[in-house]
Amino acid sequence: MTIDAAFLKSISYFSVMSAAELEANKQLFTEKTVQRGEVIIMEGELSDTLYFVAAGAVKVFKTSAQGKEQILSIARPGEALNDIPVFDGKPNPVNAQALGPVTLYGLKKDKLLTIMQQYPKVALNTNKVLAERMRQLVTLVEDLSFRHVLGRVTKILLNHSSEGAGANDHLTQQEMAAMAGTAREVVARSLKTLEEQGFIRIERHRIVITNKKSLEEIVAESG
Amino acid sequence: MVEMPEINQDKCNRCGLCISVCSCGAIVLVENKVTIIETEDCHWCTTCEAVCPTGALTCSFEIIVEKD
Repeated sequence: MTIDAAFLKSISYFSVMSAAELEANKQLFTEKTVQRGEVIIMEGELSDTLYFVAAGAVKVFKTSAQGKEQILSIARPGEALNDIPVFDGKPNPVNAQALGPVTLYGLKKDKLLTIMQQYPKVALNTNKVLAERMRQLVTLVEDLSFRHVLGRVTKILLNHSSEGAGANDHLTQQEMAAMAGTAREVVARSLKTLEEQGFIRIERHRIVITNKKSLEEIVAESG
Repeated sequence: MVEMPEINQDKCNRCGLCISVCSCGAIVLVENKVTIIETEDCHWCTTCEAVCPTGALTCSFEIIVEKD
């Protein structure tokens, strides 16, 4: 197990540290590997170690009492998974699950605080990192709060649908998100909502509109 | 022919995240190029598209209206 000091530089928290400073502190980090599907962080549990993704991708999500899942973000290499509970000492507000084999770097809270005291520039930079996280979450809250996102996604489906003849439009969820002015995670949620209501059926490579009239009503209601 | 996710080599930075999350082994690295292998095991979960940081990998949907 070797902590890569050069990689630590790509973590937003430590981007302000020099290569020599990171080399001198890399022994404070631990490495951990997890397998596909493994839950890394569980909602409600306490965290005394801050985890960063070193390799692989992690789904950060919340689950409702009814079992509905809302993905908040996909954490990629360099991103932290649980800074909120590490800083406020309260339980994890989210779950995090490995989407494939994942390598994590962990830093105990007391070691993180030691680094911040020794290098105040890291503490200052933390404000920026947390502000960026807050901005992303505020945008997501805005998208999820207003019903018109569902209307916009529905309108896109109707505008790009065909009765099956000729060359049909093909859209990715990313493209639908760009068209609706929202995040891909919100499009995924909207499609799931429409499917649960029985208005569409999501098949491999196809979205089948099974109740066009109801979709048209959603668009009309969303103004 | 089985429809498969598509890769834009110009956008791909070869980070390998798509390969690490693909549960059916349809995405592999061949001579340093991310390559998609046709397989019926791909269930179009779109996770590869979700994790791609550059938008190089795409899983598109054809949108059709079911006839009565």
